[in-house]
Amino acid sequence: MPGNYSEKVMEHFKNPRNVGEIPNPDGTGHVGNPVCGDIMEMYIKVKDNVIVDAKFKTFGCGAAIATSSMVTELVKGKTIDEALKISNQTVIDALDGLPPVKRHCSVLAEDALKSAIDDYLKKSTGQGLPGFKPHTEEHHG
Amino acid sequence: MDRIYLDYAATTPALPEVIAGMLPYFKDNYGNPSSIHSFGQEAKAAIDSSREKIAKSIGAKAEEIVFTSGGTESDNFALEGVAFKNQEKGNHIIVSKIEHHAVLECAEFLGKHGFEVTTLPVDRFGVVNPEDLKKVLTDKTILVSIMHANNEIGTIQPIAELSKIAKEKGIYFHTDAVQSFGHLPINVDKLGIDLLSLSGHKFYGPKGIGALYIKKGTRMVPFLHGGGQERNRRASTENVPGIVGMGIASEIVHLNLTDEINRETVLRDKLINAILKNIPDTILNGHPTERLPNNANFSIKYIEGESILLNLDMLGIAGSSGSACTSGSLDPSHVLLSIGLPHEIAHGSLRLTLGRFTEEKEIDYVIENLPPIVEKLRAMSPIYKKES
Repeated sequence: MPGNYSEKVMEHFKNPRNVGEIPNPDGTGHVGNPVCGDIMEMYIKVKDNVIVDAKFKTFGCGAAIATSSMVTELVKGKTIDEALKISNQTVIDALDGLPPVKRHCSVLAEDALKSAIDDYLKKSTGQGLPGFKPHTEEHHG
Repeated sequence: MDRIYLDYAATTPALPEVIAGMLPYFKDNYGNPSSIHSFGQEAKAAIDSSREKIAKSIGAKAEEIVFTSGGTESDNFALEGVAFKNQEKGNHIIVSKIEHHAVLECAEFLGKHGFEVTTLPVDRFGVVNPEDLKKVLTDKTILVSIMHANNEIGTIQPIAELSKIAKEKGIYFHTDAVQSFGHLPINVDKLGIDLLSLSGHKFYGPKGIGALYIKKGTRMVPFLHGGGQERNRRASTENVPGIVGMGIASEIVHLNLTDEINRETVLRDKLINAILKNIPDTILNGHPTERLPNNANFSIKYIEGESILLNLDMLGIAGSSGSACTSGSLDPSHVLLSIGLPHEIAHGSLRLTLGRFTEEKEIDYVIENLPPIVEKLRAMSPIYKKES
């Protein structure tokens, strides 16, 4: 497989799910920066504490696009509490693994989701996600 | 359509004549060139003949060619060989910012072992200004190493002008010609250089073989120790099949060099003009005219290089990128940053390099298929806002 990617990663890269924006989203996450070459934007729609829709836009490599796609798939239909249990490892496992140099993409995908949930909680309860701090700065020191 | 290979700057296929010429030296004429018997002497004759061919192709004498394991070794040999031999004269080395890592990291290594290294900047096209070189020369300078043509953006340096400045002060001048050999005419006297690196697999020879031109009288320490091969400059039993293959390849690429340069230039310009015209927000990296005839390098804004490469690969098109994601590091190419590209634009670079098997219909196929790929990736890019 090109780039040492799994078939699952390539499949999500070729046919990314949930690309786009949600008009009037209940939560928006924006992580990464152009300097490091990865930016993810995530939009969620929440109804009765359940994430009923999720979409993304990503500037980045194959792994960045595949992890964004996968995380939006994983999160749909989940309650906020369930969604918060999705870690970067959950995303990696769902994609049948990622090359070691691409693990940071899964961290970014987890951050994008948490950042969207953080935004949703701030808007709906006035309080963000306790202790949430994106990893973005760490891996680009 | 068959797969389309547009990554000739990475490596080239060995020509059938090259492979055919090499085969006897694995099986029948397998002697060690250092042996006095007929087996050895056949092998020795083969490497002598190959040395002649390589020398002839750059206007050098046979005894000025040392065979190495490739471009990286040639670059390392040039820098370390001169540096360690001429320490009593001085400890200052000058390189450019856009050298291949084989020069840059070797200079860095020397920097940790008592040498002072100055790294010259380049302009937005990737050209070293000779005035900048003049300014940094000191009475301690022993070597200047500036590549003939850049592997990523294809920019050709004014080597003759640069080497003249070094020569006037009696300073050795090395050039890495790994990318230019077989794509540009090279004459070591006209370029005014003392050392020049070559790599066999970049011009349709085998991998694992290279050469270093060392002008007669250049003071160097040997690179490998443990035998008298290569006139005591590089120990190790010679890679006879590799040497033979590289010699044949050098002859073939020089047979029709001018025709091939013209042919590649036409295809390159067709590709460059069509991509710049058909894909908005795209820039050409490198010099518009002073560039290798087979190199096209673009920055396609708002998208990332690896995603472009993967999409091209799905269509059977092989290219390359200076994006961080293709290098395994977090920084994009040092060359693209050195010509002043912001990180996000450097991440979106695409290099397509042509060769003697590139056909016009392949270029047409790329011209037709790249725009939809860019559109698809831009549609999912959060930094791309369609202008209305």
